[in-house]
Amino acid sequence: MRVWKFGDNVDTDAIIPGRFLIINDARELAQHAFQGTRDEFRTEVAPGDVIVAGRNFGCGSSREHAPLALSGAGVTVIVAASFARIFYRNAINLGILPMVCHDVGSIRDGEEVRIDLNKGVIETGGKTYTTEPVPPFLRAIFDAGGLVPYARALREVS
Amino acid sequence: MAATIVEKIFSSRCGREVHAGEVVMAPLDGAMIHDITGPLAIRVFREMGGEEVFDPARVTMLFDHQIPADSIPAAENQADMREFAREQGILNYDIREGVCHQVMVEKGRVAPGEIVVGADSHTCMYGAVGAFATGIGSTDMGFALKFGALYFRVPESIHLEVHGAFSPRVGAKDLILEITGDIGADGATYQALEFSGESVHRLSMAERMTCCNMAIEMGGKTGIVPPDEVTWSYIKDRRGVSPFPLASDPGARYNEKRSYDVSQLAPKVAVPHNVDQVVDVGRVAGTPIDQVFIGSCTNGRYEDLALVAEVLGDRSFSDRVRVIIIPASRDEYLKSLRAGLIERFVTAGGLVEAPCCGPCMGGAFGLLAPGETSLSTSNRNFRGRQGSTEAEVYLCSPATAAASAIKGEITDPREV
Repeated sequence: MRVWKFGDNVDTDAIIPGRFLIINDARELAQHAFQGTRDEFRTEVAPGDVIVAGRNFGCGSSREHAPLALSGAGVTVIVAASFARIFYRNAINLGILPMVCHDVGSIRDGEEVRIDLNKGVIETGGKTYTTEPVPPFLRAIFDAGGLVPYARALREVS
Repeated sequence: MAATIVEKIFSSRCGREVHAGEVVMAPLDGAMIHDITGPLAIRVFREMGGEEVFDPARVTMLFDHQIPADSIPAAENQADMREFAREQGILNYDIREGVCHQVMVEKGRVAPGEIVVGADSHTCMYGAVGAFATGIGSTDMGFALKFGALYFRVPESIHLEVHGAFSPRVGAKDLILEITGDIGADGATYQALEFSGESVHRLSMAERMTCCNMAIEMGGKTGIVPPDEVTWSYIKDRRGVSPFPLASDPGARYNEKRSYDVSQLAPKVAVPHNVDQVVDVGRVAGTPIDQVFIGSCTNGRYEDLALVAEVLGDRSFSDRVRVIIIPASRDEYLKSLRAGLIERFVTAGGLVEAPCCGPCMGGAFGLLAPGETSLSTSNRNFRGRQGSTEAEVYLCSPATAAASAIKGEITDPREV
């Protein structure tokens, strides 16, 4: 699992530009992920790769095409110093785990990384990083595989 | 226990006292989907086993991002949504009415004290009428359409108190850009921005919408103006609800309080490529521009266009600049048309388009080539937002956009 390192304030327009929002298929969207801002991503990303970013990852538009494009590229974990609110929810809903880690600065682009989802621990380059626990309610949605399978099990809400 | 207006709305709708930080399942008074995020939401609704939406009367559909359909896939998405609206009995404004947020507010699809969600980040604008409104993704919207409820973390609030009177050609957009520069692109994450103070009471509904619209640019969950006479008068004909008390308690807890005196405020510009990179217009005056976009849910209302016409006078736009003007809705278009604004803009060399999101979404038309610069009254200047990732977008008020369109370069509106 290689690290794709990004900086602060990566917006959803960068993750998937507006002109591709007519696409609804995850794999097709993945072919345009970061087009124009980081062109090698869509050709070189491999399933299981991890995005590591700075503050406010996924800010801006609510377009779920953004986490869907990353999901289509096989990304299941994103580590960031912080996440924008709507993206954070969208990611969990799609079964992508957004892990908050304030100490991402020393993780390098291209590094190999190992992640223990249950312990919330990231290992890379001989160093171990601890992430903030995901709130239990959101963790339950992630563990169900996302909001669709979670909701299928609900008859009604109260 | 003293509560903010947002805590009160959640307590009222949840039927028990709730406070910031709690995760609650809240009933929804309204839900909005458009042509970009709607298709995914409908797919999710079906994947969740949805057969009938929770309440067709509370769901609004419209198309505004890529209209009239500019590609076959866009046309297919819109056709699928029309079919869903027919099947479900949902109100579908289709391509007729304009930009979703403007239409939701002006058609009375949202009222004070309600909880409304939209599958678009600028849904936070409806706080201008004293509602709690927030943008959500398509999967959350699928859930909302099925269950008529959604999980929320009741947000903490930031209190913004505004005093003083704007000087001429300085206004609400300059204020909200100033605030965005201060708070930063993530300074309000998961929080509500509550606007108050004597200057806020003097703001028109259009100006309140401009302010609340941009709460998301600070990571905010919503912007909100507690309802006053201006609100109730606006709502009266649209929803027929009688005024009721709805305000934060004295002693309510805020994460942060900020105070602004707008009497000394200069016109503001957000420079590429983040909305919180805000400077006085003087710092970037003289920057050559290729395109000016006047419109969007942030600044495409009649008041905005009237200000553009006032600055323009009987002059023409610069030959060096492509000026695209898009009223935010059919109603705002008609008001502008009847007031003679549209004729003035066309005479001056502007291109007036039918109500839609236009260049703001960077997918339909009005796109920028590499190396080009746009000045825009919209809400985002992210790299690539209006076309090429090698183009630059500056954000400003309608007055600054008008002055700059006349000169062909970024210009202080007080100096033309």
